[in-house]
Order: sequence, then structure tokens, then C-alpha cells
Amino acid sequence: METEHAVIVGASHAAAQLAASLRQAGWDGKISVVGEEPIPPYHRPPLSKAYLAGEKHSDELLIRPATFYEKSDIDLVLGTRVTGLDRENKTLTLHDGGSIPYTRLALATGARVRKLDTLPGHELDGVFYLRDLNDVDRIRGYIGSGKSAVIIGGGYIGLETAASMRKLGMEVTVLEALPRVLQRVTAPEVSDFYSRVHGEEGVQIITDAAVEALEGSGDVTGVKLADGRSIPADLVVIGVGVVPATELAEQAGLAVDNGIVVDEYARTSDPDIVAAGDCTNHYNPIYDHRLRLESVQNATDQAKVAANTLCGRLEAYHALPWFWSDQYDLKLQIAGLSQGYDRVVLRGDSASGRSFAAFYFSGQRLLAVDAVNRPREFMLARKALAAGQTANPDLLGDDSADLQQAFLTQ
Amino acid sequence: MPLVKFITHDETEHEVHVTAGTTVMHAALDNGVPGILADCGGACSCATCHCYVDENWVEKVGSADEVEAQMLDFVMEPQPNSRLSCQIEVSDELDGLVVRLPASQF
Repeated sequence: METEHAVIVGASHAAAQLAASLRQAGWDGKISVVGEEPIPPYHRPPLSKAYLAGEKHSDELLIRPATFYEKSDIDLVLGTRVTGLDRENKTLTLHDGGSIPYTRLALATGARVRKLDTLPGHELDGVFYLRDLNDVDRIRGYIGSGKSAVIIGGGYIGLETAASMRKLGMEVTVLEALPRVLQRVTAPEVSDFYSRVHGEEGVQIITDAAVEALEGSGDVTGVKLADGRSIPADLVVIGVGVVPATELAEQAGLAVDNGIVVDEYARTSDPDIVAAGDCTNHYNPIYDHRLRLESVQNATDQAKVAANTLCGRLEAYHALPWFWSDQYDLKLQIAGLSQGYDRVVLRGDSASGRSFAAFYFSGQRLLAVDAVNRPREFMLARKALAAGQTANPDLLGDDSADLQQAFLTQ
Repeated sequence: MPLVKFITHDETEHEVHVTAGTTVMHAALDNGVPGILADCGGACSCATCHCYVDENWVEKVGSADEVEAQMLDFVMEPQPNSRLSCQIEVSDELDGLVVRLPASQF
């Protein structure tokens, strides 16, 4: 009888969970995880935070130690790029000419950074993206107290990077093309809050910034804006979003539409192939539409669904998206998705101080919360959202009113 | 190396030896002990590494800081001995530590 062999492409957060969950769910065939990077799956969120700041060693980033995979009989095939997927013969081809046969396949290929390849000067030394451990190792060769960094992109990665570099005593400028930072993901009040705090911490934020070119010869020396300004830079970090890594799926003829299209059981258009994590376009029953998420939560939860599916247990994916971002002394915790909101209720003062929560509503329905140094607000909202419950906006908006009461009185 | 004993919700016991300085969360994950999800990887952001410190160890382990305490207020089935295991570092003084894991994290 043919031995079952589950192969997971991508040594990502989703892959680590999928492999562990397969064993937990009783998969007794072979399991292989094939990844391009030379180390076992690791936590990416600390890359722009504690790891960049030098507070964590790469060993501490590993989701599980190498010994865990050995003990669980999970084969890590690292430093290996999958170049082809032959669904008919159920075989993967590898960059070194080798091949791996599978009986069941999981795509956990994640996302890649969006590149600014047409920006003049993008090829200069000292210009970086921030996605992989290797990126940060290279960035760390350029950082140091008194040096100047320009961050292109005022999203979470850009702002976290700015905070980490500022903590190291660097001169930091953030360039955002839109009128406010975090514009795509938060309310204006939250953007204003982050702009204010970064300003207080000594970061210069320039919004509506049109980057014309990166200057320098050999090493980057500055960033030229369309309005004629030139910002000096010893290094430039570009953080302008990611795109799902769908090349393999596309090449193999799987349905792809802003991510690998999967059903509620994480199945692609080929029933022998599942997919999980940043690379998938999936249906979210709480918000009743298809979406693609870039988050640890989604990687973890969807990987569990995918593992169950491969073991023949169909359990639909039903999870509340949540996120976090640490900058300076700000612990931001986000529960739910705010897209489509028509009202924001603030609890606490976002215009001064460093603790408040923004609750997003659509009509009477609570959609999401951005909680800054407000763990109780986050925890209660996460529970309510997951249970399909709303909260009382008047009580939420009154910081002196009992918080639990706000979630009981609707 | 200090020993940590995990007791899962179904009373299964897992004893693991870990290097001092490892968090209780990592002690569980690294050794495949089920019952700790640790979605955020130890950033004290998700409250999915909730554990109950055995009564005999509560004093030695110490209490949660403010952020952790606020998260613990609203985990599933909070108890006075609730802690987030990512915030407990195993030391030689905690050799033999016993923690229980809630059913909600399986």
C-alpha cells in the first residue's frame, strides 16, 4: 500500500501549525515541510520589533525548536525552493532538480513584499524590505545610534520599524503616500494618535509624500521627494505591503483571485490540495464576505482547519480575526475587521495620553476594536465579536461607565 | 535543568525539563504539551497561553503585572491563580513547578 505523505510548501507560521496539528489529529503518514529559508519556521512579528532592536536572538524566534520536529517525525526540507507542481503525477519539483512526491499537499506559501522596482535608486546598497530574518540581519548591519533612517510606508511594519530604530537612538523619518498613516486600516482618530506619539518620540512623519527617487551612488544617501525636498538617509526601509505568494498555485492551474481560493475547509480547487495563511482568499462567516488576511491568527487557525481536512475531518473555518502591534510603550490589540464602519466610538482620550480604545460600528453592530494599552476592552470586544454580540455605544463612549455593563446592555 | 509539570484538563500529566530562563509557555510548546496555543508567541497580546499555577507555587511564581492582569480578567474561566504562561520564566527556584491547563485551549 502506498504510504501517505503530506507535503507542506512554505516553512511559514501556517506550516508550523499545520504540521503540528496533523500529528495531533492523528496523521500517521509522512510529513514534510519544504521551505526556502535555511531555518525552521519562526515568528515574523518580532522582526520589526524585539529582533530588530537586538533584544531577541534568532533561536528565540523559532515557533518550535528543531527537536520538536524530530520528535514528531516531521521532515524539515529547508533551503529548498519548490519550482513546480505537477498535480497529475502528484509531484513537486525543486530548484536543485530534485523532486518530492506527495499524496496530500498543503500550500502555506505566505506573502512576499510589494517591491518598488521602478523607483530610481531602488538597487542602491542600504535599501531594504522587511519580511524575512535575513532582511533584518542585513538591516542590522546599517543601524546604530545617530544614524538616519527613512522608512517608506506608514503602515504597521513601517511604524514598528520606526519605533524600534528610534529606541536605538536613530534619526527616523516615515514617508506615507496617503494623507494619514494607517489610513487603510484605522479611523482618523487612531491615525492621529499614532502620528502624535511618533512625533513625541522624535520621529518625523511626512504624509502625502511622493517619493521621486532614492539618491546616492553605491550606498543610499537620501530620499528625494516630488516637492523638491531631500531627506538624508544612511538606510531606507520600504514597507508598502505584501502580495500573496500564489505563483506555484497559478502555474498548477489552481483557482487564484487575490490569493489562492479556498473553501471553508481550506480546500483549493483541487481536493487533494489545501492552503492556509496569508496566501489564501477565504470566506469569513462572521463578516459574510471573502477576504485575505495577513496575520498570525489566520495562519494558525486556518492551518488547524486544513490539518483536519487532510485527516478527513471537515470542520469549517470560523474564527474572529485579531491582530497586534507593539510600538514604544503602546500595546495595540485589534479584534475584528473595521472595514465598512460608519461610526467610531472612542473610550478614553486619544488626543492626549497613551491609552484609549476605538470601537467601530456599522449601525448598531459592533465590527471591531482598536485598543491601545486597553487589554480589558480588547478581551471583552473579542469575546463579544466572536459570539456575534454587539455592545452599547453610549456606555463604551463613557470612560467612567462600567465596561462590562457596556457589553451586557445592548 | 528545572522540571515543570503540566496537568491538562483531562488530568494527563506531562513532565518536562527546561533550561532556566525559558518561559512556561515555551516549555510546553517546545515539548509538544497540548493545551497552550500561544498565538502571539509570547508578546502578552493574545491570552491563549492561560494556565493555573498550582496553589503550592502561587507565591513563588509571583503575581501578574497590570497588562497581564487586565487580560486575565476576561479569559475563559479565570481563577485567582490564573497566569499567562508566556510571562512566567522558569528558574531554579521554580524547579518542580506544577501548572494546570484549561480545556478552552485544546
